[in-house]
Amino acid sequence: MDAGPLAPDILFHLGPVPISRPVVTTWAIMVILVLGSWLGLRRARVHGGTFQTVLEIVVETLAQQMRDIIDRDPWPYLPLLGTLFVFLIFANLSTIVPGMRPPTGHIETPAVLAAIVFLSVHYFGIRSRGLLAYLRRYTRPNPLLLPLNLLSEITRTFSLMVRLFGNIMSHELVIAIVALLAGLFLPIPFMLLGILIGVIQAYIFTVLATVFVGAAIGGVESG
Amino acid sequence: MDSNLQLWSIIGAAVAVSFGALGPALAEGRAIAAAMDGIARQPESVGPLSRTLFVGLAMIETMAIYCLVIALLLLYANPFVG
Repeated sequence: MDAGPLAPDILFHLGPVPISRPVVTTWAIMVILVLGSWLGLRRARVHGGTFQTVLEIVVETLAQQMRDIIDRDPWPYLPLLGTLFVFLIFANLSTIVPGMRPPTGHIETPAVLAAIVFLSVHYFGIRSRGLLAYLRRYTRPNPLLLPLNLLSEITRTFSLMVRLFGNIMSHELVIAIVALLAGLFLPIPFMLLGILIGVIQAYIFTVLATVFVGAAIGGVESG
Repeated sequence: MDSNLQLWSIIGAAVAVSFGALGPALAEGRAIAAAMDGIARQPESVGPLSRTLFVGLAMIETMAIYCLVIALLLLYANPFVG
C-alpha cells in the first residue's frame, strides 16, 4: 500500500502497453473459468459425472433466482448475468490466495463491468420491446420526468461501479492497516469477513444487473 | 500553506467518513428491523423479503461508500495538494 488505492499497479510492459496487475488476475480467472467449463462439459451426458452435476446445479440455481426476479424466461439473459456472477465470485475471492489482489479492488474493472451492464440493459430492452416502445419508457409516468429518468440511468450505473469498488478496496485497505498494526494473526478474522463481503457484493451486483434488465424488458419496476 | 491544506484534507476525510457512516447505519438498522418484523409475521416470505432486503441494504450502503470515496480522494488524489 505504497501508492494509495487509486493508483494503477503496473506489473510489466508489453511493448508500449503497460500491463497492470488487475489485467493479469482477470485473464488468469478467465482461463480458469473457461478451462473448468470446457473440462466439465467436454463429454456432457444425460447422466453426467460429479463435476458436470456441480456445474448443472450452479446454472440451474442461477436460472431459478433470475426467474424469481424478472418473472419470465431467464435463459436469454443467463449467459451474461450468470457469467458476471461467477466471475465476480472468483475475482472477489482471489484475495484469499496469497499474493493475489482482487481485480475488482481497482476502479477500472468495476467500471468496465458497470459499462457492460449499462450497454447490455439497453440492448436487451430494445430487442425485447422495439426501439420506440423502449424509448417511450423514459416518458413514463409523465414526460416532465424525462430528465430525472435519464439522470437515474447514469447515477445507477455509477453507483453500481462505486459500490463494488468501494467495498472490495476498503476491505483491502483495512487488511493492510491491520497487518501493519498487529502483524500475524489479527488479520485472519478480517479476512473471513472479506470472504463474506466478496460473496455478498457479487450477489448484489448480479441482482441489481438482473433488476435493471428486468426493468428494461418490462418484467419488474425499475429500481 | 500547503501543509495547512493537507491538514484540512485529513480532517475533512475524517468528518466525511464519520458523518457518512451515521446516516446509513441508522437507515440499515431500521431496514433490518422492518425485515425481521415481516419475517416474524410471515415466515414463508423469507425468500423474496431477504432478496429485497439485500438490494435495499446495498442501495443504502452506497451513500456510505460515496463518503468513503470522497475521503480517499481527499487523502490520495487531492487535486489541490502537490
